[in-house]
Amino acid sequence: MLSADLYVVLPEALLALFAMAALMACAFGGQDRWASGLTWLTAAFFALLGLIVSFRDGGQEAFGGAFVSDGFARFAKALILFSAAAVLALSENYLRRRRILKFEYPVLIAMATLGMMVMVSAGDLMSLYMGLELQSLSLYVVAAFRRDSVKSTEAGLKYFVLGALGSGLLLYGASLIYGYAGATRFAGIAEAVHEGGLSLGLLFGVAFLCAGLAFKISAVPFHMWTPDVYEGSPTAVTAFFATAPKVAAGALFARVLFDAFGEVSAEWRQILAFLAVASMFLGSIAAIVQTNIKRLMAYSSIAHMGFALMGLAAGTQQGVEALLVYLSIYVAMNVGAFAFIMCMERDGAPVTGIGDLAGLARTRPGQALAVSALMFSLAGVPPLLGFFGKWMVFVAAVDAGLAPLAVAGAVASVIGAFYYLRIVKIMYFDEPGLSLTGSMPFAHGLALTAAALVMSLGWAPGLSGFGVPELAATAAAALFN
Amino acid sequence: MTTFILLAPLAGALIAGFGHRLIGERMAMIAPTAIVFVCAALSWITFFTYDAHHGAETTTLFRFLDSGTLGADWSVRLDTLTKIMLVVVTSVSSLVHLYSIGYMEEDPSKPRFFAYLSFFTFAMLALVTSDNLVQMFFGWEGVGVASYLLIGFWFKKPSANAAAMKAFIVNRVGDFGFALGIFGIYYMVDSIAFDDVFAAAPTLAESSIAFLWREWNAAELLAFLLFIGAMGKSAQLFLHTWLPDAMEGPTPVSALIHAATMVTAGVFLVCRMSPLYEHAPGALTFVAVIGASTAFFAATVGLVQNDIKRVIAYSTCSQLGYMFAAAGVGFYQAAMFHLFTHAFFKALLFLGAGSVIHAMHHEQDMRRYGGLRAKIPVTFWMMMLGTLAITGVGIPFSYDLVGLPIGFAGFVSKDAIIEGAYAGHSGYAFWLLVIAAAMTSFYSWRLMFMTFYGKPRDKKRFEHAHESPRVMLIPLYVLGAGAVLAGMVWYGDFIGHHAEEFFGAAIGMAEHNHILHDVHEVPAWVKLAPFVAMLLGLGVAIWFYILNPSLPGRLAESQRGLYLFLLNKWYFDEIYDFLFVRPAMRLGRFLWKKGDGAAIDGVVNGVALGIVPALARLAGRLQSGYVYHYAFAMLIGVSLLITWISVTGVAGGAH
Repeated sequence: MLSADLYVVLPEALLALFAMAALMACAFGGQDRWASGLTWLTAAFFALLGLIVSFRDGGQEAFGGAFVSDGFARFAKALILFSAAAVLALSENYLRRRRILKFEYPVLIAMATLGMMVMVSAGDLMSLYMGLELQSLSLYVVAAFRRDSVKSTEAGLKYFVLGALGSGLLLYGASLIYGYAGATRFAGIAEAVHEGGLSLGLLFGVAFLCAGLAFKISAVPFHMWTPDVYEGSPTAVTAFFATAPKVAAGALFARVLFDAFGEVSAEWRQILAFLAVASMFLGSIAAIVQTNIKRLMAYSSIAHMGFALMGLAAGTQQGVEALLVYLSIYVAMNVGAFAFIMCMERDGAPVTGIGDLAGLARTRPGQALAVSALMFSLAGVPPLLGFFGKWMVFVAAVDAGLAPLAVAGAVASVIGAFYYLRIVKIMYFDEPGLSLTGSMPFAHGLALTAAALVMSLGWAPGLSGFGVPELAATAAAALFN
Repeated sequence: MTTFILLAPLAGALIAGFGHRLIGERMAMIAPTAIVFVCAALSWITFFTYDAHHGAETTTLFRFLDSGTLGADWSVRLDTLTKIMLVVVTSVSSLVHLYSIGYMEEDPSKPRFFAYLSFFTFAMLALVTSDNLVQMFFGWEGVGVASYLLIGFWFKKPSANAAAMKAFIVNRVGDFGFALGIFGIYYMVDSIAFDDVFAAAPTLAESSIAFLWREWNAAELLAFLLFIGAMGKSAQLFLHTWLPDAMEGPTPVSALIHAATMVTAGVFLVCRMSPLYEHAPGALTFVAVIGASTAFFAATVGLVQNDIKRVIAYSTCSQLGYMFAAAGVGFYQAAMFHLFTHAFFKALLFLGAGSVIHAMHHEQDMRRYGGLRAKIPVTFWMMMLGTLAITGVGIPFSYDLVGLPIGFAGFVSKDAIIEGAYAGHSGYAFWLLVIAAAMTSFYSWRLMFMTFYGKPRDKKRFEHAHESPRVMLIPLYVLGAGAVLAGMVWYGDFIGHHAEEFFGAAIGMAEHNHILHDVHEVPAWVKLAPFVAMLLGLGVAIWFYILNPSLPGRLAESQRGLYLFLLNKWYFDEIYDFLFVRPAMRLGRFLWKKGDGAAIDGVVNGVALGIVPALARLAGRLQSGYVYHYAFAMLIGVSLLITWISVTGVAGGAH
């Protein structure tokens, strides 16, 4: 029995062992001298695990259903692992040049990733919370990773305090649910809901649970930490925040709502619709006045999470499929965008002002073109892939009878298009000021180019979105079985 | 062969339009001209060899469209109507091409002109050779485009641009009716091929169709709608205002498009749809009334115009009215016959007028002409033939004596229409047409007298007047011969004893329609009436402009109201301006300034420049950086969520 369980959690177990072994080895071994190698090794290990996860057969449960490794979990895990690998690979150069490359960094990232993997596999409120906290605690630390910077420590502290509040809300919701359903296992909760309906206590529990998860996914009004943390953290950490944890939180959101409360989707769909609309509009509007590209990307991610939640608000299999596709496209765009932002520096110091991009098209035409492609994709301009992600969630919302939500999304994306296009305008039409210096490392150039190419060409009929929509459809189907 | 006739002018247009840099300007004029001449020759061969006994010969070129039950081929349908139109179109077109080589000598964009001319010819041929309504509509719109381009050929002249737009827009009104008619026919018959429509005509006459506020007889309504299209294209009363303005185009264009061919498309349409019209007596009466009224109205306006081309333009309008009047009494053969003869003498008059204008250095005001007889004798004589033809000079009762009417082309065809109007029991049409004949005679002779007789009124231009080059005169000779002979030669075929075999099934005649026979039975005074009217008009013209040239001025003074009424074309333009143009402009300006400018731009700018940044600043202020603000926001959010779902969720009935 135990060996069967262990087989199911093998990837997580391997990652946990890897992280602890690395921690021990470095602490008693080469310390920070090994940090660079360990970062690459961890990235490679993530990629390897990603492949393993992708090709394992699924549908198994472990620990009596507390841990589920179905197609849905595997899709989310693969996405988390690959994006974490990519961001880690990009971070090494950035951290080294900022002289903050410490061996704890890859270890913490590995721990966070492990937490995310547990999150998306959670079949029980216990495992949900365990994964969530493992992830969060690791991220609190990396947010404050630049200890000599006030901003970074402030970001870490803010994130920690607010995260604790978020966790508190979530826990309160979980205890309400347990109190009224008499079970922490999702299957048990679903059974209780099936028999007794959604009592007021359960409803409150769901609302608090949603609030806690909304904090993790940085949906309005639980988003306030995002801009400050994105700005204060080292850019490599910001890049990580903007990718894998979003996938994990989104997938966890879908998991708990459908597995435990799938029968009463009409109730929680309103919550998600509210979160989606508020996030889309606030993200789009507040980004307009930003002058710091990292803050801008923070609001951008708030808006994008709004769009992603619209797929969840649809409450259908089609909606979950749209959510997964949206998250995949979003992650790919952000990896590309942050690959560029990490390389923004002048005379060895990082710069993050939007104005610093002025005239980039003349000094670095290739990068400007790639960034433009990504910005157009983020704005959702057809035929770039970003448009198809939005298209899918809109269609899912309309098919689920949420046409007003889709209309609101369209309006918000029009508003949001402004600041993406403004970046393109600044790069192409503004007079160059003090231009950026420093060259782009190969890994960053590759990530930027690959992301831009994928976004520009992914719609081509022969490529069919690189098979992602098909895999997402299978994953969504797994959640519904 | 007909396929070649149809497609060759398109090739000519492409060669002239796109190849002129390659082959040079001169070749770009000669090539399309030569092509159209070949087409004309082939058309005449077709005209003589085609025998109506075999029925319509249809050659399908390719499938044009296919959508559900709606299908149309691109095909060439050859029957008597088609062959008449083929010779009319290609003959006049080829002569006008030739004439233009001389007339457009000094113009800098000759290849463009020839490309448009050839394109027009192609579109017109597509119209007349079609075997379904959609291809016909294609040709219909094609000639409309060509007409627009050619009226506005001198696009640097604002008046030419305005006239081109006017022609296009007024035609749109008619085309709307035509399109509705096509939709209606498809709706009722489920097909747009002529053969199916004709076969269904008797059924249509017995079915009804709901349109606007009531039920209508299907045949009546569809025939009426199609006629609206014909009215627009053929410049009939109420939709006629574009034709006089279209004279802004180069004169050869006026001769080809706005006299001989395009404007007769409406007549052709009615004759082509004759099997349908035969089942729509009400619509037919409407056609006759509109036709006769137009003939009368246009003639009255023609009396007082001073621009030589406008006189002929109103004359065209009036003659088209004759054709519709004939069709309206069921005498389609006479309508086609007059279309045929009119093409010769009206093209002759226009090209003659062009020759005069050419001689007088683009002066078009007849009040500055006078005494040109000696300066440009060839033009004078050819115009004389045309005038004799249009006024209907001939020997009355010659048909009864020798079995063939002896006279110029107009005499034969126009008098037949007037007699047909009487035989068709349309007193209204008959009397209006007779009066119009008198006025036709007056204004035609007035034109001749003011231009060629009397003393030169503009000495300087007179001194420099010169005869046109030969390439412009040859078309005049040919058309002159047509104006003299066309009536007598083809009388038997069109409306005489061979008419039924000549037309075969191309024109549908209902059982009760005996007009071909009745027209020979009219009383003697009816046959004499148009002749007397012609003499009357001639006499008054001589009195006014030869014997007592000061009389017209005094008459205009004493009858000032009437004179201005006629001079201003019954104030149609002013009324339309007041009723449609200005309200439309006002509406447009309102939508532009208030709707587009204030409302849409205002809202967009207000939101984009006012509200959104304000919200963005607000969001920025909320983002204070204080953790307790953030925590407060989260708690507010949770409270909102809880409140919201407690109010809606449980109240909505948790299960």
